[in-house]
Amino acid sequence: MSGATAAAGGPVPRKKSKVGSLERQQRISIRSSYAALSIFVVIFLVPPFYMVMTALKSSAEISAQQGNPWIVQSPTMENFIQLATDASFQRYFINSVWVTAMVVIISMAIAILAAFSLSRMGFKGAQVLSTGVFLTYLVPPSLLFIPLFQIVGTLGLINNTWVLVLLFPTLAVPFCTWIMIGYFNSIPKELDEAALIDGATYPQILVKIFIPVALPGIIAATIFAFTVAWGGFLYPLAYLYSADQATLTVGIVRELIKGDVFAWGMIMAACVMAAAPPIIVYTFLMDYYVAGLTAGATKG
Amino acid sequence: MADGSTMVVGASATTPPAPRQGGTMKRLARRRSMAALALCAPLIALIICLKIYPTFYAIFLSMLDRKMNHFVGLDNFAYLLGRPSFHLVIFQSCLFAVTAVVMKAIIGFILAHLMHNIRGSSQRIWRGLLLVPWVIPLSLSTLTWWWLFDPSYSAFNWTLSWLGLPEVPFLGTVWNARISVIMVNTWFGAPFFMIMYLAALKSVPEQLYEAAAIDGASAWQRLIFITLPMMRNIILITVLYSLIVTFADFDIVRILTNGGPQDGTHLFATYAFAVGIQSGNIPRGASVSLFMFPVLATLAFFVLRDVLNRNKEVAT
Repeated sequence: MSGATAAAGGPVPRKKSKVGSLERQQRISIRSSYAALSIFVVIFLVPPFYMVMTALKSSAEISAQQGNPWIVQSPTMENFIQLATDASFQRYFINSVWVTAMVVIISMAIAILAAFSLSRMGFKGAQVLSTGVFLTYLVPPSLLFIPLFQIVGTLGLINNTWVLVLLFPTLAVPFCTWIMIGYFNSIPKELDEAALIDGATYPQILVKIFIPVALPGIIAATIFAFTVAWGGFLYPLAYLYSADQATLTVGIVRELIKGDVFAWGMIMAACVMAAAPPIIVYTFLMDYYVAGLTAGATKG
Repeated sequence: MADGSTMVVGASATTPPAPRQGGTMKRLARRRSMAALALCAPLIALIICLKIYPTFYAIFLSMLDRKMNHFVGLDNFAYLLGRPSFHLVIFQSCLFAVTAVVMKAIIGFILAHLMHNIRGSSQRIWRGLLLVPWVIPLSLSTLTWWWLFDPSYSAFNWTLSWLGLPEVPFLGTVWNARISVIMVNTWFGAPFFMIMYLAALKSVPEQLYEAAAIDGASAWQRLIFITLPMMRNIILITVLYSLIVTFADFDIVRILTNGGPQDGTHLFATYAFAVGIQSGNIPRGASVSLFMFPVLATLAFFVLRDVLNRNKEVAT
């Protein structure tokens, strides 16, 4: 793929020209990498770009179908203003925020306690449980949503956002625990042994040593739980049927699309507003998340 | 994981009189393992109540009739296997998962190599730009794709006719729709492969390439004999994991085509939703989902094996 170091393989008569050609080869390789990456970036960013462009169009401009659809002719914030003052859209947003906050708190609490126990304290069957946690991570939401529909129906939680607070942790906790076990295992044993000798109790060790030292892991796991809860689509679609209980994803896909008259400017503006929180979070914390995800890949 | 070293230290910290030490240590150890178990209790409860129990409940449900008051054995499975529309679901799920994962793996591999060529701080910005598809909630970006594919206002078709090419009904025919949903899944998933491969690439020791360069290896040879073998495990784990997720995918097909045209794009998940939730036939919906189980279990077995192997390698 890269010609960067391939030059070294070629027959090179003189020392001086070798250096020159190596440098040139390297430059060419880097430039062509940039060129190829630019093409990929343009292709990858077509949908988000079009999302923003449509969001800035008025309904009249969309239905007129004149000129280039990729570029907005008379940009307007009217879609955003209308959504921001729309009671039902505010409702979706509040529902999403509340569900996500609860899911993150519950998932992280369960994951940190379990990971601390599995990584440091240990009991009979701890190894089995670690493996079980990893296996449950591999269970996709679409495998069990029908029996869960019956179960939450029995619990009387259908069409209530609490159902998501109950069910999203099943998707978030396994991976969060798995990440946290990895980070906790990487903390040297000497550290907590020293604390134990000094008379620290396990809760103190967890709060004063493990949580601060494993903070990058906690950030990564939190982002994962956030992503699961904010972007979840199947569970809210299956279990929440009325508009006042809908979260953003379902509210936009199901409620904003009414009949065949698509208010696309409005829908895309809603997508932009709903996609903004994850994009902001990832802009600042991407490094932690990538490090957490690829922790297994970089070792060894 | 649970070695004795911390335990001994813990016991000596609360120094009991010498003769009774054995008993105290045992008691302490027991108390500690009880506490450890208690800390895991929420996790265990969650796994048992919301993963294991629903699995068995799904098996039970799948053997009931539509009204859920008669036991019908395997009739639901037999009925589904006799339906041509379910054959399409099986075909499309396999086609979707295999094609999309292969595309994602190839594009991710190319992207990771390109990214690896550029060093320094600009890499972070490029990575951020390429990760955008993966950051936007999938249901929202799929909605945007739908709008891009829209038959009368399609921005893609506008571009095609502007270039003097014939318009394409992206979601109008079965095969076009199949290709479209695969395309959207590839767009969404390729960045994930990129970051996994990029991390793996970074961990390949530079000396290997230097040694190869001295021996006069070509770029191709370095790829085949160094990069691929060193990344083998990560490639396997990522591909298997992605196969699971893609095979069980729901959002894209549900929003883009809702199974149409002519049931040609239904996956197991969307078909189970249509049958179980929308038509209200819970037992048959549960049976549709359960058809995924053998495939997912096989894939999960291999992922687990590779991950455990890798952990062992890393540990030694």
